[in-house]
Amino acid sequence: MATRKNPEAKGAEGANVSKDDLLKYYRDMLLIRRFEEKAGQLYGMGLIGGFCHLYIGQEAVVVGLEAATKEGDKRITSYRDHGHMLACGMDPKGVMAELTGREGGLSKGKGGSMHMFSKEKHFYGGHGIVGAQVPLGAGLAFADKYMGNDNVTFAYFGDGAANQGQVYETFNMAALWKLPVIFVIENNQYAMGTAQKRSTSTPDLYTRGEAFGIPGETVDGMDVLAVKAASEKAVAHCRAGEGPYILEVKTYRYRGHSMSDPAKYRSREEVQKMRDERDAIEHVRELLLAGGHATDDDLKAIDKEIKAVVNEAAEFSKTSPEPALSELWTDIYA
Amino acid sequence: MATEVLMPALSPTMEEGTLAKWLVKEGDTVTSGQILAEIETDKATMEFEAVDEGIVGKILVAEGTAGVKVNTPIAVLVEEGESADAVPAPAAAPAAAAVPAAAAPVAAEAPAPVVSKASADWPEGTPMKTMTVREALREAMAEEMRATPEVYLMGEEVGEYQGAYKISQGLLDEFGAKRVIDTPITEHGFTGIAVGSAFGGLRPIVEFMTFNFAMQAIDQIINSAAKTLYMSGGQMGCPIVFRGANGAAARVGAQHSQDYAAWYAQIPGLKVVMPYSAADAKGLLKQAIRDPNPVIFLENEILYGRSFEVPVLDDFTIPFGKARIWREGTDVTIVSFGIGMSHALEAADKLAAEGISAEVIDLRTLRPIDYDTVLASVMKTNRCVTVEEGFPVGSIGNHLSATIMERAFDYLDAPVINCTGKDVPMPYAANLEKLALVTSDEVVAAVKKVTYR
Repeated sequence: MATRKNPEAKGAEGANVSKDDLLKYYRDMLLIRRFEEKAGQLYGMGLIGGFCHLYIGQEAVVVGLEAATKEGDKRITSYRDHGHMLACGMDPKGVMAELTGREGGLSKGKGGSMHMFSKEKHFYGGHGIVGAQVPLGAGLAFADKYMGNDNVTFAYFGDGAANQGQVYETFNMAALWKLPVIFVIENNQYAMGTAQKRSTSTPDLYTRGEAFGIPGETVDGMDVLAVKAASEKAVAHCRAGEGPYILEVKTYRYRGHSMSDPAKYRSREEVQKMRDERDAIEHVRELLLAGGHATDDDLKAIDKEIKAVVNEAAEFSKTSPEPALSELWTDIYA
Repeated sequence: MATEVLMPALSPTMEEGTLAKWLVKEGDTVTSGQILAEIETDKATMEFEAVDEGIVGKILVAEGTAGVKVNTPIAVLVEEGESADAVPAPAAAPAAAAVPAAAAPVAAEAPAPVVSKASADWPEGTPMKTMTVREALREAMAEEMRATPEVYLMGEEVGEYQGAYKISQGLLDEFGAKRVIDTPITEHGFTGIAVGSAFGGLRPIVEFMTFNFAMQAIDQIINSAAKTLYMSGGQMGCPIVFRGANGAAARVGAQHSQDYAAWYAQIPGLKVVMPYSAADAKGLLKQAIRDPNPVIFLENEILYGRSFEVPVLDDFTIPFGKARIWREGTDVTIVSFGIGMSHALEAADKLAAEGISAEVIDLRTLRPIDYDTVLASVMKTNRCVTVEEGFPVGSIGNHLSATIMERAFDYLDAPVINCTGKDVPMPYAANLEKLALVTSDEVVAAVKKVTYR
C-alpha cells in the first residue's frame, strides 16, 4: 500500500469534519475510483464504446464540492462526468448501463458516457462540447434566481474549456445579473494532450474572473477537506446573493484524456509521483487511521462493500438488454 | 437660395414614416447638426438633424402626420432676407399628409391578398381586426406572458430600447425588467443561459436581433437545446422559443441577408415556424411559446410592417404542421412560406390574368411539414413550383421535390421547379440585390414552364 509522502499534507485539524464525514468522503471517492477502473476494464472488453473519459485521480474535487451542497442545488459538467453523477447520488447501475448502451442506462442507452442527466438529483449533464455547459450552468442559476429560491449551481469545466469564449460571455452576465453559480475549474493541467503552459497565457485560472469582478481562489484538489472548505465559502457567497464565484481546483488525472489516449505528452514518472505523493483517497485513508476513526479492517470492509456495488453495476450493465429498436424514434419531441 | 428639407430614410426598410414632432418653428434660425424634428420610422423614433444652415421658411408637413413618403419635402430653409413664399410649393402634397397620425390606420402598406376560402384556423363569423405582423407578434408574447409567469423575453435591446424592430415595444413597462431582459451583445453566451434556464424550469423567448447573429449561438441551439431530450432518454426537455428577423431585409449586404429556413429545418428536435401573415404570426407564436420543445421562429423584417386581418379571439393558436391554402386553383400548385408567399401570391394574380389557375399553399411550419396538403394538391394539379428566399442547394424546395417524386411521381406532368434565391452571397448594389432575390416574375416563368405555356 502506498503511503502518503507529501510532508505538507493537511490533516483534519481545523476543518470542520466529523468521523462520519471522513468516512463518507472515503466511501464516495473510492466508489468513483473503483467504478472508473471497472469502466476502463469494460471498455477494454469492448462492452463500452466511443469516447470514455475517466475521472481517476480527480475524485476529491467533486466529493469535496458536493460536501457543501443542499437539496435543490444543481450541478452540470462536461463529458468527464461519471464521478459527478456518482457523487450526487445517481445509481451506479444506471450510469454503468448507460456506458454499455443498455435499456437500463440513465438515458435508456441513447446518451452514452458523455450525456446523462437526472432531474431527481439535479444533475443537468454530461455535455460533449467543451465549454458549452458553462452558460447552461449559469442558466440554471438564472432560473433559480428568477424563481426566488436560494439554490446554487455548480458549473464544472476544465482548464481546456477555460479558454473558450463563451465562458467569458457567461462570466460577464453572471456577474452583471448576480447569478448564484459557482464556476469550478477542474485544472488537471492538460487540455487533452496540451499542457496548460502551452495553451494558456497566464497560469492562474482563478483570476480569470477579475475583469468581471468575480472573486476566485485556488484550491488543492487532491485534498478533499480543502475542497470542502472552499466549497462552503463559495456556496455562502452565492446563497447570500453576492453573485458568482470561481474555484480553480488543482487536480490531476491519472489516466489519459479518454480511453484512446496513450498520454505520451507527459512522463510515466510524473503520473507515478502524483499517485505516490498526492493521492486524494490515500490522504483520507491516512486521516481516518491516524485519527483513530477507523481500523485497517474497517477500511477493508468498506473496500469490499464498494467492490460489491461496482460489480453489481457491471453485472447489470452487461445483462440489461439493448434498447428496443423502437427507441430510435422516441424522445425526439416532448 | 432656398433649400428643401426632405423626409429622410432612417432605416434599411423604411419607405415612409410619421413626422412625430417639429423641434423648430417657422422663422427659427437653424445651424447644421441642429435637431429639426423627431421622425418615427418602422423601427424607432429618430431625431432628424439639419444638414444645411438657414432660416425655417416654411413647414410643409405638419407634426403628427403619418405615412410621409421618403424624399417628400417637409420644410424649406431660406437665407436671410429671402421669403419662403418665393419657394414653389411641392408639386403634390403626399396623400396622407393631411391625416393626423392618431386617426390614420396603422396599415400603411398594400392590403393583404384576400383569402379565397373560409379559414380552418378560426370559426365562421369570428370578428376580425387589421393588424401588422409586428403588432401580432407583440400581442402573442404579451398574452402568453400574462398567462404564464415562467415565460420571459431575453435579447439585445428588447427592453429599454423597446426592441430593435419594435416587436417588444411596451413589454418592459408591463412586465418589468425581471421578465424583459436586455442582454449584452453576446449571442453565444445568452443563448446558453436561456437554454440552461429552460432546463431549470423556465420558458424563455430568445429574441435574436436577426438570425444572422444566431450563427454565433448555433451550437447551443442545436447541440444543447435540440438534442438534450433525446440524449437524456426523455428526461430533460427544453421549452424555448428562438425568434427574430430572418432573411434579406434591404441593402444590408451579405452578412445580414440570409434565410436560415433550410438550415434549422434539418435538425430533429427542433420545430421550425416561418409565418407570412399576421394571423399566423400571432397564432403560431402563441403555440410556439406553449410548445414543450425548442422552436425556431423565423420572422421577416420586410413583413413586420404589413397588415393582415387577425381574428379577435380570447385565445387563438394555430397548430404546427398544418399548411394553409391561400388560394385554390387547378393548373399548378405553388408552395411557399414566409416572405416567399408575397411572390407566390403576386405570381398567382399575374397568372390568373393569363388564364392560369394556381393553387397557393403556405407551409407555415417547416418542421413538421404538412406533406399531406402539398401532395393532395399536386395530385390534383399535377404540377408544382416551390418558392423561397434561401439558397438553392439543400433548399426546402429540394426536399419537397424529392418527397413529391417519391410519393406522387405518377401524378406529375412536369418536373417540380424550385424558385430560390441565387447561389451567391447577397450583394449590396440595389440592382444586383434585386437580381439575387427570388421574384414573382421568376415564379410566373417557372409556372409557365411546368404548364407548357
